[in-house]
Amino acid sequence: MTQNYDAIIVGGGHNGLTCAAYLARAGRKVLVLEQRHVLGGAAVSEEIYPGFTYSVCSYVVSLLRPEVIRELELAKYGLKIHPNDSVFVPMENGDSFTSYADETKARREFGRFSQRDAEMASRFHEVMYKMAFAVKPIIGYVPPNIIKPSLRDLGTLKDLGKHMRGLGKETFHELCKIMVMSADDFLGEYFETDVIRAVHGMSGIIGTMLGVRSPGTAYVLLHHYMGELDGAFTAWGAQQGGTGGVSEAIAGSARNHGAEIRVSAPVAQVIVKNGSAVGVALENGDEFYADTIVSGCDPKVTFRKLVEEKDLPADLVRSIDKFKYRGSSGKVNLALDGLPHFPSLKDPSVLKGAIDICPSVRYIEKAYDDAKYGGFSKRPAMEVVIPSVVDPTMAPQGKHMMSIFVQYAAYDMSEYGNRDQQREAFGNAVIDTLSEFAPNIKDLILHKQVLTPWDLEQQIGLTEGNIFQGELTLDQLFFLRPAAGWADYRTPIRGYWQCGSGTHPGGGITAGPGRLAAREILGGKL
Amino acid sequence: MAQYDVIIIGAGHNGLVTAAYLAQAGRRVLVLEKRDTVGGAAVSEEIFPGFKISSVADGCGYLSAKVRRELKLDARVETVPSDVVAFCPQPDGTQLTIWRDTQRTAEEIARFSKADAEEYPKFVELMSRIADVVGGLMEMTPPDLPEISLRDLLNGAALLGPVRRLGRKRIPDLLRILPMPSADLLNEFFEADAVRGAIGASSVLNITWGPQENGTAYTLLSSWAQSGTGLFRSAGVVKGGMGALTGALADAARGFGAEIRTGASVSEVIVADERATGVRLSSGEEHTAAAVVSNADPRTTFYELLEPHYFDTLFVRQVENIKYRGSAARIHLALSALPEFTALAGGDATAQLSGPIQIAPSLDYVQKAFDCTKYGEYSRYPYLDLLIPTLSDPSLAPAGQHILSITAKYAPYELDAGDWSAHKQSFADVVIDTLAEYAPNIRDVITDRHVLTPPDLESLYGLPEGNPNHGEMTLEQFFHMRPIPSCARYRTPIAGMYICGAGAHPGGGVTGIPGHNAAREILKDSK
Amino acid sequence: MLKPTPFHSRTGPLCQGHSWANWAGFLAATTYEPDHLHEYNAVRTGSGLFDVSPLFKYDIRGRDALATVNRVAVRDLSKSRIGQVYYSVWCDDKGMVIDDGTISQLGEDHFRITAAIPTLAWLQDNAIGLEVTIEDVSEQFAGVALQGPTSRDMLQSLTDVDLSSLRFFRCTDGKVAGAPALISRTGYTGDLGYEIFVGPDDAESLWDAMMEAGGKFQMLPAGLATLDLVRIEGGLLGIDADFTSALQTMFPVQKLSVYDLGLGWMIKANKSFFVGRDALRREKASGSRYDTVGLELDVTVLEKVYAEYGMPLHLPYTSWNSAVPVFSDEPQKHHIGRGTSGMWSPVLKKYIVMARVKPEYAKLGNLIWIEDVVESHSYSIPARVVKMPFYDPPWKKA
Repeated sequence: MTQNYDAIIVGGGHNGLTCAAYLARAGRKVLVLEQRHVLGGAAVSEEIYPGFTYSVCSYVVSLLRPEVIRELELAKYGLKIHPNDSVFVPMENGDSFTSYADETKARREFGRFSQRDAEMASRFHEVMYKMAFAVKPIIGYVPPNIIKPSLRDLGTLKDLGKHMRGLGKETFHELCKIMVMSADDFLGEYFETDVIRAVHGMSGIIGTMLGVRSPGTAYVLLHHYMGELDGAFTAWGAQQGGTGGVSEAIAGSARNHGAEIRVSAPVAQVIVKNGSAVGVALENGDEFYADTIVSGCDPKVTFRKLVEEKDLPADLVRSIDKFKYRGSSGKVNLALDGLPHFPSLKDPSVLKGAIDICPSVRYIEKAYDDAKYGGFSKRPAMEVVIPSVVDPTMAPQGKHMMSIFVQYAAYDMSEYGNRDQQREAFGNAVIDTLSEFAPNIKDLILHKQVLTPWDLEQQIGLTEGNIFQGELTLDQLFFLRPAAGWADYRTPIRGYWQCGSGTHPGGGITAGPGRLAAREILGGKL
Repeated sequence: MAQYDVIIIGAGHNGLVTAAYLAQAGRRVLVLEKRDTVGGAAVSEEIFPGFKISSVADGCGYLSAKVRRELKLDARVETVPSDVVAFCPQPDGTQLTIWRDTQRTAEEIARFSKADAEEYPKFVELMSRIADVVGGLMEMTPPDLPEISLRDLLNGAALLGPVRRLGRKRIPDLLRILPMPSADLLNEFFEADAVRGAIGASSVLNITWGPQENGTAYTLLSSWAQSGTGLFRSAGVVKGGMGALTGALADAARGFGAEIRTGASVSEVIVADERATGVRLSSGEEHTAAAVVSNADPRTTFYELLEPHYFDTLFVRQVENIKYRGSAARIHLALSALPEFTALAGGDATAQLSGPIQIAPSLDYVQKAFDCTKYGEYSRYPYLDLLIPTLSDPSLAPAGQHILSITAKYAPYELDAGDWSAHKQSFADVVIDTLAEYAPNIRDVITDRHVLTPPDLESLYGLPEGNPNHGEMTLEQFFHMRPIPSCARYRTPIAGMYICGAGAHPGGGVTGIPGHNAAREILKDSK
Repeated sequence: MLKPTPFHSRTGPLCQGHSWANWAGFLAATTYEPDHLHEYNAVRTGSGLFDVSPLFKYDIRGRDALATVNRVAVRDLSKSRIGQVYYSVWCDDKGMVIDDGTISQLGEDHFRITAAIPTLAWLQDNAIGLEVTIEDVSEQFAGVALQGPTSRDMLQSLTDVDLSSLRFFRCTDGKVAGAPALISRTGYTGDLGYEIFVGPDDAESLWDAMMEAGGKFQMLPAGLATLDLVRIEGGLLGIDADFTSALQTMFPVQKLSVYDLGLGWMIKANKSFFVGRDALRREKASGSRYDTVGLELDVTVLEKVYAEYGMPLHLPYTSWNSAVPVFSDEPQKHHIGRGTSGMWSPVLKKYIVMARVKPEYAKLGNLIWIEDVVESHSYSIPARVVKMPFYDPPWKKA
């Protein structure tokens, strides 16, 4: 069976779908091929247990680029975010800290721990806002080729220099710091209260095999703040019906523009002839042809699995092999018979928001040290959300769906036996730890889904289970993502492109890589 | 008319370098040192009777070749080079020696991994090229980023040569490697733990982090750039100890006409009309000068020598936020005989033992040694850097006896368990126990021991939090950010007030470069 | 969510319309009677009693206490003596105003700062390296402001302190109605007046004594609506009305310098270092973006506008605090600034506005135009630049 298209997208993750939607919108005949039976990649909803919708992997939306929402009319296709306006942190001493979006509540709660921190909170927001503002244009640039800069690349570098000078010294210097510091050191320049540093620090380690005290995590913190610039402050939340709804909205937009989307269609390889990509072959032997093939997969899959080494220059192969993934997180999803009880909870409204198990900086750091040589944290740092509290479509009435994002879980858990044993041990560590803070949790569990980094790799195709398709460290950003000279969404194979989170501007449900890749494929115009 | 053109507070090696350069240029220079000896952290002290010990710094090879040459130091001080750059005994009783000679080292490495042996020369070549660029950066006065002046561009031209030699295709390597962890970098080239440990350990010798932390590839490179061995660290001993080196610097400065007074503690810098005009000693004595230079660390300079309320809020906040964080103890042992390393049994050990000795069998080992500092604990299995200077200069100890100086990591400035004084000897025991696993006779040959914890280094040598670098050598405290952006060009907001210590770019190590760069800027201003 | 002040058991029942506002996280009465006019008249003819407990208060003590406050404040406090009070603004490194308040010297090495916004972190940051302790004493003191022409006589009836010798901007310890108190001859009304701070436990008895004594002195409790009117008449800036704190906005365009706010008089050329000094020096040399002025609107023009709609003249009997465009010309071609607070002054019988305009338009007597919207149509109303304070009775400082 053969069919011809203008463009074929390998992978129906949110970036692949975004790229497809833009290409279809520009009049291209587009085919999206997703290996799984559902769309979304890591932004996916599935009914794993009857009556309950799980946001299997990604569970909150905050970084989705506003221009994508606008241009692809995502609201029309079902994008609907329930705002998440608090983070509740139960502490080991029975107290708790809640970070509220509401200013008066926030000041009162900060002030309970430190008047100084209450004041510094607004200064911290100001700095993060300025930093996000400073980095924002970079998100929109196609990274220049710094080995052989083209005229456009030189223009980009010149713009970048001008932008940096325009920031003023204070902001520029702060930016220099945030690019290289540890999240905790950076936060320590603003906050004195441990639990306040801990909960802010969580954003610095999400998806990263680094501790809050590891240099480089302040940048990850900033990455998670980026969404705040364009939306309302702390604009994050859960998609109605689970995170898969975001992917479905993008897919809806793509379909409306004529894109064809197939699930359960795993691509075995990209067909390359005379140095050009001409089509793809599915695992079942079907072939589809197009002049443009775009991979939404991570760099390892894109360069080392879908195409052959002989079609790539040795330099690039070496760089791709050096690219670091190091999945750091696992996921536990629970179907619950009722709401968990947190003895330290005083304001029940905070269950609408996130519940972060990160009672102290030391706790998070210990969790990291536990897992960094392999295995997982015995007492992990976790971000828990119960979307069914605000979204009745997630679970039957009176019952709840709980999503637990867990740090740290190393890719290598071999010390715990076979894969099933590893998963079991990991899941137990999560539930045991959670029950320290919500003692009734074990009695409520109707069903439990546990995903280790290895499971994420197997099921979703994320190498080593890295949710960002590659670590967000300085040596893997911008013109180095995924490799110097090939950060402009192109590949050495003519007609073969990349559009996943392994390209600039990186991971999270941003749709940024998909959009920028589409723009490049379309010759600079969307 | 002021009594002096320049007064320098502190006769550490950088202060002396600045003094020598300024005096050489014809300036009237007065150096005031609080302690009774010059040298600061680069001193030789008779800690045990008859033993001359380089108490804090002992990495003599880092002194910039340019400084050495221009101040004609070679005539005044002799260094004994060592062929061994690192002798690394392994827990299994084997050993890896890194020689100055690449081929010889490759042969050693081959015992651990053939692939690593093949990679080694390529690695050395790449790193040396990148280190040349880093070295160029070090001798530059950092530009006032994000602004770049014409002069900065002219200064930057000095980098063009090294960058060209590196080659355009490898520029991304430079950019990629600088912010990386040294562990990741070494993992890309080498598979054997021993090799990674041998090379990577020095990336954290002078900082608080472990080798898995981002930014440590830069510290490896900065050590490489200054080592004088063409490799990742220096090797060699100053005849007479580090004090002889700073003594030579002082002699050179005096030779050029500088006046140096010890036992002269400066209590404050006199500021009139927003200009530094002189200093006041704790004795009450005053001296006037057109310029005042502080060799002290930034916090001492801005909080104690100057009044903090001279400075705007951002400035004091930035000074407050400088990370010092000492992380090593210095332990000196007087030995009745040489330690016998299992790995060298049955042969002549002198060659290997006369260079630096590293107990860092893998980078995981070093990282694990580091992990505990995050919780305010010292390492149970410390990473050790040892030197037996008496093998190169027997005159440092009574005949037949030896000195073993150890930099023991990690020892955080603050212990969760309380005051260091209660734990100092137990940490030293841990260190000696660790050492005994490699050199079992060590306990039998120790005749005396002296332990300097970070708080000791602070109180005895004026090194805040026990960090000999006057501030961590991390990327956020590097180049135009060191010690804080508005002082990165050796000037301060107070006219006529300069800094020249390790707190300024390019930071710590007995390189003399901060002092050299500061002198250059002072001369520019006083033309 | 909002907290009661120590006077709440007394002010609560008095607040007839339950019109409470959020003042720094505390419940503060907007008006006690349904309409504020009696309260206003009391301040201008008798006395008004304001609960000012929500003010933030910080104690600065230690060897470097003077160095700290003198570093923070724009005004020169180097000659301060015990019992002296300074009104000053403080600003950031760029000379942008953070807040205004009073700085009282209570002892040899002891100062107290009152502030409208939380300022602990700012003070701590400016005490880095100095030998000083900074304590937030906001909730250790309850405060009332007794303001108006009869305030001295009335307060004298409750205290042994000889108030005739307590000069304008001076403070003293003393007993008021039997309770140990700090009496400060300061206020936010542009009138004769005092601020009295007592421990929270003495708050209720102080209030009761004041209310009891007040009858003879035409005193009424007064709320924030009145306070805003009288402070505008008194030419006193209001935070979040006439300026935004440089610490509370992240946008440079919204930050305002000491000169922009017309407070250049606070800066003494030969004062030693203070935060913002260098930036303000540069600004003085190169010129400011704005100056702050008083405007008097020509109500006859406004009257004609209303007449076009068949309506009588309508005037703002409560103050407004919003950005109203100001132009140098009637056709509104040249935007030169904004009105920030405005009101019809019952005591002056004038429509007065505080405005921030480009410096070249700030000359006394200058004619400019301010926008007013009548029946959703925009009009230019002529206004003259006049001297501030608008209302400055002789007894204020006497």
